[in-house]
Amino acid sequence: MKSFKGGIHPEENKITTGSLIKEMPAPELIVIPFSQHTGAPAKPLVKKGDRVLVGMKIGEAEGYISSPIHSSVSGKVKDIRVMPHPVSAIPVLSCVIVNDGENEPDPSIKKRTSYDTLSVEELKNIIKEAGIVGLGGAAFPTNVKLSPPPEAHIDTLIINGAECEPYLTADDRLMQEMPERILEGANIIAKILGVKEPIFAIEENKPEAISKMKAAGANVVTLKTKYPQGAEKQLIKAILDREVPRGGLPFMVGVVVQNIGTVKAVADAVIYGEPLYKRVLTVTGDGVKNRGNLLVAVGTLFKDVIDFMGGYTDNTIKLIMGGPMMGISQKTDTVPVIKGTSGILLLKGEQANIPHSEPCINCGECVEVCPMHLVPTLLAKLSENGKVKMANRWGIMDCIECGSCSYVCPAGIKLVQAIRLGKYLLRKERSKK
Amino acid sequence: MSPNFIVSSSPHFHSGNNIKRIMYLVVIALLPALGGAIIFFGMKVLWLSLIGIFTAVIVELLSIKIGFGKTWKESLSRSFDGSAIITGLLIVYNIPPNAPFWIPIIGSAFAIIVVKQLFGGLGNNFLNPALAARAFLMASWPSLMTDFSPLAGNMRGAISGITNPNGLIDAVSSATPLNVLKSATRYLSDPSMHNKAVETINKLYSPEVFKSLFIGNIGGVIGETSALLLLLGAIMLLITGIIKLRIPMSYILTVFLLILLKEIFSGGELIIGLKAGLFHILAGGLILGAFFMATDYATCPITPVGQIIFGIGAGILTFLIRMWGGFPEGVSYSILLMNIFTPLINRFTKPRILGEKK
Ligand code: SF4
Ligand code: SF4
Repeated sequence: MKSFKGGIHPEENKITTGSLIKEMPAPELIVIPFSQHTGAPAKPLVKKGDRVLVGMKIGEAEGYISSPIHSSVSGKVKDIRVMPHPVSAIPVLSCVIVNDGENEPDPSIKKRTSYDTLSVEELKNIIKEAGIVGLGGAAFPTNVKLSPPPEAHIDTLIINGAECEPYLTADDRLMQEMPERILEGANIIAKILGVKEPIFAIEENKPEAISKMKAAGANVVTLKTKYPQGAEKQLIKAILDREVPRGGLPFMVGVVVQNIGTVKAVADAVIYGEPLYKRVLTVTGDGVKNRGNLLVAVGTLFKDVIDFMGGYTDNTIKLIMGGPMMGISQKTDTVPVIKGTSGILLLKGEQANIPHSEPCINCGECVEVCPMHLVPTLLAKLSENGKVKMANRWGIMDCIECGSCSYVCPAGIKLVQAIRLGKYLLRKERSKK
Repeated sequence: MSPNFIVSSSPHFHSGNNIKRIMYLVVIALLPALGGAIIFFGMKVLWLSLIGIFTAVIVELLSIKIGFGKTWKESLSRSFDGSAIITGLLIVYNIPPNAPFWIPIIGSAFAIIVVKQLFGGLGNNFLNPALAARAFLMASWPSLMTDFSPLAGNMRGAISGITNPNGLIDAVSSATPLNVLKSATRYLSDPSMHNKAVETINKLYSPEVFKSLFIGNIGGVIGETSALLLLLGAIMLLITGIIKLRIPMSYILTVFLLILLKEIFSGGELIIGLKAGLFHILAGGLILGAFFMATDYATCPITPVGQIIFGIGAGILTFLIRMWGGFPEGVSYSILLMNIFTPLINRFTKPRILGEKK
């Protein structure tokens, strides 16, 4: 079975793989940040007091690498102001909307009777206007990713259904419940790129998803279940045995990778004319009463999602956006679901314990598991001593922050944290020059 | 009401592996060989081991407490992390069963204070503490450290009937298989002794001797006697992922191949070469050294390629010492020498980063 060198096998905990995606009604208060993507924040198009409709554009992309923002409800703009954000450490300009509960759609949302005749440029424009960004995590604007430089010769489109983070099952469920729509979205993207057939990459721990996608006619490659199988570079290495050059992007080896959620959003936009204003995410962990996969309006506060799932259990001490390996822990539950929210994970008690650090015993485990083939212990030591030039020579910027090294370290050393510090110091040093 | 959440940087989960688990598994892996040594050499071995371990732990505790000024709680926790126990035990494994009781005391104290703690403690020492202590003991009390005369009534070694070709009594006090082989080989070039030497070597390469070498009924330092029992522990460490095959494999294979080649190049038959190679693996401390000492985390390279180079280097050195050195055995000096090169090896074997040009 295909895989890559390195990586780890954390407990999968895919508790929610069997639970149907359930639509959560949008709550009364919605907070939609104007920045939910890599790149420049969107420019607000509405002001306090305006009435907005479901799917109406409320923020305009600013520049090439940016993405528009749409309302997920109909109602009245209560305020435009900075609000807490699940990714940004500092509050972000957001549109606060009071939902009128009428769900009145924007007149622009129309199902297309035919989209075969649309040109590549028209399709890309639809994707851009729909505010679609990578839903796997980095939230990079999809239309930009679908516009590689002319000299790049794209021959492969990989649809990333690896979903290697423990606990998360949103992509898994999408494949199980709407394989045709996902395949349709993938074919649209293939058309844009001029690629014959998309390859679906799915880990073997999702047999249902694999068989449903195959039944729908998709070309599926089964991957070994191993973290971080879903990281782009590891995925490309595993499937095609191609290596993305250091510091480079997949298009340099003729590949574009798109995540399942993104592909579904493309299908929604092209076929149904729907912009991206809701997404499927997994609510899970021992810290929440009910677990499951939900279709949630972007802008719904975490606390409303958790209430909808029966609330906290006793002793919930950690709230994470995303999975346990790369997710971001939250100080408060008053942050909104954004386009990149793949899951909400709640941990309680001992589960959230991180061991206290002891000195490195040089066991080499971190080297063994690093999927980028780095020497994490050395990078961490160099970072902590401020020797960033040396760290750079040992490839610190190649670290994808997957967390495998910290996960296995028997000394409990927070390697990724130290490496992040080193990267930060290195960037600072570079920008000085 | 929303709870107060803990904020920390990812990852939020940990494998649960920890230093104590690793160290105590190594201790457990060393126990079969200890059991064997007690059977072969008698209860004295047990007392020697307990003394070695006790000294190592106490000295470790005091040096962490006094030297590093830690709290009692932390000093206790660290001195019982298992690493001092391993050092104490390995020192005993590296002395002859005839050694007096104060030898492991001095050895353990030296290993912990001079080799380990003076260099910053666990993970920071650049020499294997047990091996450095052995070298120190060898230099200070050479005759005590090479007294391999059988303990009264305890060992009926399969090689006890095989003596040096010239029949000198020194065969008794230094009757390790490698000793006998080395002196026999020396007499090969002496025309008057040649036939006797060949006979001795043939006897050494007999199935009975190989069986004894494998099971453990031979003279030598405490830990090296039974290949079987050592391999049992080694397999456990390999399965639990605590050691990797790279160092032991490359080390043992290098020794084997070099011995084989040397036999063949000096006109020997292939079968003799193979036997000689196997003999060098089983006799002496190669298995103990390759699996339990060359793999010491702090003192071996951290890069995969570096580990293979380390193993090959130790193999070459062991071969050179055994063939042309002043001692019949060379495992511990080879590993110590390679320890010194470890930082250099690490520096020049940076793994190829994914996407880096080949
Ligand atoms: S160093 Fe970076 S890429 Fe390597 S395991 Fe650690 S986090 Fe992952
Ligand atoms: S895993 Fe931890 S203890 Fe082992 S070498 Fe890496 S940093 Fe050191």
